[in-house]
Amino acid sequence: MQYIPNPKNKIDEMLSVLGLSSLSDLFNDIPFEIRQKCVSVNDKPGESELEVRRHLEQLAQENWSAEDAPIFLGAGCYDHYIPAAVDYLLKRSEFSTSYTPYQPEISQGILQGIFEYQSLICRLTEMDVANASLYCGGSALAAACRIASEATKKRKVLLPTSLHPEYAQIVKSAGIADFYETVDVPIIDAASAVPSGVIDLNILDSILDEDTAAVVIPYPNFYGCLEPVGAIIEKVRAKTKALVIMSVDPFALALLKPPGQWGADIAVGDAQVLGNRMSFGGPHLGFMAVTEKLLRKIPGRLVGQTVDDRGNRSFVLTLQAREQHIRREKANSNICSNQALCALATSMYLALIGPDALKQAAEIAHRLTNYAKQRFQQAGFHLRYSAPVFREFAISLDRPTEANEFLLENGIIGGYELNDALLFALTEKRTREEVDELVDAMIEFSFPGKKTGEGAGENVK
Amino acid sequence: MMNIPQNLLYSKEHEWVRFEGNKAYIGISDYAQHHLGDIVFVDLPELGTEFDAMTEAAVVESVKAVSPVFCPVAGKVVEINAELLDSPEKVNEDPYASFLFAVETDGTGKDNLLSASDYTPLCEEE
Amino acid sequence: MKLLFEKDIHGSNSFSFPEPNIPDTVDVAIPEEFLRTSRLGIPELAEVETVRHYTALSKLAFGVDDGSYPLGSCTMKYSPKICESIAQLPGFADIHPYQSPLTVQGALKLLDELQEVLAQLTGTDRFTLQPAAGAHGELCGIMIVRAYHKSRGTDGQRRVVLVPDSAHGTNPATASAVGYQVRVVKSGQDGLVDLDDLKSKLGDDIAALMLTNPNTVGLFEKNILEISRLVHESGGLLYYDGANLNAIVGVARPGDMGFDVCHVNLHKTFATPHGGGGPGAGGVGVKEFLAPFLPSPTIERDEDGFYSFGTNLPESIGKIKTFYGNFGVCVKAYTYIRLLGYDGLRAVAQNSVLNANYLKKTLSEYYDIPFDVICKHEFVATNARQAKKGIRTLDIAKRLIDFGYHPPTIYFPLIVGEAMMFEPTETESKERLDELASAMKTIAEECENEPDRVKGAPYTTVIGRVDETLAARKPILKYTIE
Repeated sequence: MQYIPNPKNKIDEMLSVLGLSSLSDLFNDIPFEIRQKCVSVNDKPGESELEVRRHLEQLAQENWSAEDAPIFLGAGCYDHYIPAAVDYLLKRSEFSTSYTPYQPEISQGILQGIFEYQSLICRLTEMDVANASLYCGGSALAAACRIASEATKKRKVLLPTSLHPEYAQIVKSAGIADFYETVDVPIIDAASAVPSGVIDLNILDSILDEDTAAVVIPYPNFYGCLEPVGAIIEKVRAKTKALVIMSVDPFALALLKPPGQWGADIAVGDAQVLGNRMSFGGPHLGFMAVTEKLLRKIPGRLVGQTVDDRGNRSFVLTLQAREQHIRREKANSNICSNQALCALATSMYLALIGPDALKQAAEIAHRLTNYAKQRFQQAGFHLRYSAPVFREFAISLDRPTEANEFLLENGIIGGYELNDALLFALTEKRTREEVDELVDAMIEFSFPGKKTGEGAGENVK
Repeated sequence: MMNIPQNLLYSKEHEWVRFEGNKAYIGISDYAQHHLGDIVFVDLPELGTEFDAMTEAAVVESVKAVSPVFCPVAGKVVEINAELLDSPEKVNEDPYASFLFAVETDGTGKDNLLSASDYTPLCEEE
Repeated sequence: MKLLFEKDIHGSNSFSFPEPNIPDTVDVAIPEEFLRTSRLGIPELAEVETVRHYTALSKLAFGVDDGSYPLGSCTMKYSPKICESIAQLPGFADIHPYQSPLTVQGALKLLDELQEVLAQLTGTDRFTLQPAAGAHGELCGIMIVRAYHKSRGTDGQRRVVLVPDSAHGTNPATASAVGYQVRVVKSGQDGLVDLDDLKSKLGDDIAALMLTNPNTVGLFEKNILEISRLVHESGGLLYYDGANLNAIVGVARPGDMGFDVCHVNLHKTFATPHGGGGPGAGGVGVKEFLAPFLPSPTIERDEDGFYSFGTNLPESIGKIKTFYGNFGVCVKAYTYIRLLGYDGLRAVAQNSVLNANYLKKTLSEYYDIPFDVICKHEFVATNARQAKKGIRTLDIAKRLIDFGYHPPTIYFPLIVGEAMMFEPTETESKERLDELASAMKTIAEECENEPDRVKGAPYTTVIGRVDETLAARKPILKYTIE
């Protein structure tokens, strides 16, 4: 199957206008020895649309999707419900087949859509300024760390070990540029009693110094726990001029106090949870919102409101002089393409479900989480961490991998495997029955012979 | 016709300099503002920053261009024109009344500056 | 048009979720200090109003499906619809990145095969699909370059990345984002890298040269083998910016030109739609000696054909994106490649180049073409003839909108004053190109006879030219109640 509209006679006609006899004449400027190497590298023929569909459907069927089994995985990517109208509207090809809106006269739809997205992110986070999106939560955090090092002219970026491990890796990988160095801040994770699982304030206090550029606070953290945000920020402000970067789950902000209210300087995160399908990890979207003071430091595109020559309110890409296509090597980021369509999906999602249902979804997820926690505890399992959680929690286990395999045999996609625990996430899509199946299967795995649905009354570990 | 006041000195990079004792006021020339177009933002140095002669000290931005502003003489920043942060258009309106910053200088670099008559051909060549 | 926030009617949105049947004994309290006390500022709209809102917004946008989009350097080709429908299958769109490999063999197989075919098409040995966009691929590639120099102990000395003056802005921005200094190499009169200038800028402080080929004026750097020899002799690596791969896919390969690292924009050459600015995907290929530095994880296949993730990569640059990249975009590109096959991809290059040369030839009657030789997939024209009437490139671009076309890329590349860069792509027919040329001819005549008509364009759009200065001087970046 090809998508070239010109039949052979038209191609010949065009060649003759150019005074050429064959298509290969168009490539005579490429050295022959280069072209020759390319002649026989692959002879795979094209396929018809039906053949390709059959093949791809077969590949898709080799995967277990959230339609095939209840899924209790979270860890930065969540199986939330997406209203049907989101996918329906995203199919409008005026959105999907357009480029970055460089020509405002024929791009008001995209520009207004992004302006609304920026506004919605500002409202969720209660920060002053949001950009038009970045690649993912992790790369947004790395960008925030660079901003902090440049704004404070300091080098140390403090990363708690309760941060998503991939986010930490992304920040550390970007450190190759040497704009900052990272320092790990341990969490309270004593071996004996059930540790809290949040940043150890005493150790944080001993690490904070004048050279600190940023302190990252995951909210909630990787284990679902709520960090003592107020106390952390108080310590940071008392001892340093460092920026506070909150890496937040925007879904949680339906219930939780937003970063702007906590006094964060930068809020970043991944908005997959708001209207984007899991898609094996992408495309999702990173967001970034900052205080007014950092407006000129924010990377990526920004849409601003202005007027046209007829006096109409209109929207346009603005403050572009920060960006790579103008500032080149002095730009604060190299980002060009972002995740615009995902940002549009997030706006559509928020508009479609509205404030009440968003809050309801968060409450349902939270109640299911607490129900699951309670059932696990009643069955004799131990929480890995004791701090209050949102939508996610870890259960201590000796053999998390085997437990997950057992769950899979029972038709359940289990949790995220930690060394000595499984991390379970509960979205509003899960039901009480599914939670019961999960817990019952776990009881069967950990306490063979025990009747399900009742407490085991003994320690698992 | 470019406005090039006789009483100022100029750098080859189109900064103007006005000396008042050991203080030098620095801005961009009429030619520079004209070429940049509508200026939308100026980024000024922090007070107390020290610059060698002809090192980058500030930035002026138009909608689709960015230009560094060099500090034509060595010195320490003792004054900035904070009004421009809110009203960058003043640089377009009256570039010579709109200094960007001032340095306390021992005069290093002054010898390389041009008089108005030596500077004028530079604006015609480019 | 009203904003979402201006359509807010309290009580109009009745969306809800089923309440789970959970015993009252479950303690649900979140400690008070963590609770949001402010109102959640999301507008309330009935579903019909939201659907109408976005339908109306879509009508204020212009995509490839609306008409020709000859936006240079962006490869705005038609995106086959089968690719969209495949990517939406639950088996691809509703799988979690941390599922057991047992449950995602199809996804891993697809990624592995896509990596392999992209390596073949670019003449590289190993591929990663982690980067989310072209610029992200550049970042990944230059991080690999730096990790390579670190591993050899030459990082301290090799601090400079060379970039031609015709390069995309992402190239110098990428180099500095990885901590390099940028040194610019000049283009000659012919629009190609000036070899003497290159020689004068090479030295033992060079980490790499970043090059687009064909370059941004649409010309193939025919001295590429010499450039490659010079850069490698100096101890630097050669980076290929794959933004313009559409011109040569199936005809020539960066690896055979001497490039050590390259990125590929799946959303250009491999037809995945641009989505109003993303998501794209920017996979990176490397020669074998750079494979140890690829980002983590890699996809491994054992003797039984079982796929899993490889994480034992001591020299890897680490991670640059969460999970494995923009998988959904990769599904579309894989589908496209299967549809076309290798011959079909070669036909893409041939016809994109044919279309560009044909359009250039027809436009050259009315517009100046600074480099009027056989070009590749795109070419640059200017307003030089129209400038006499005070017409700027911007005016021509805006007027073209009135004829139903998306304008070309304007004011880029920087080495040509008042540039208009046309890239018609292979999915435009001769009839479409003739119509575009005819519109450009009419505009050229208007420039001559009624220049004010052109200067006042566009006339057919919902808004006129916007005040960009106001937008930048007094930024309004979100909705606030007046």
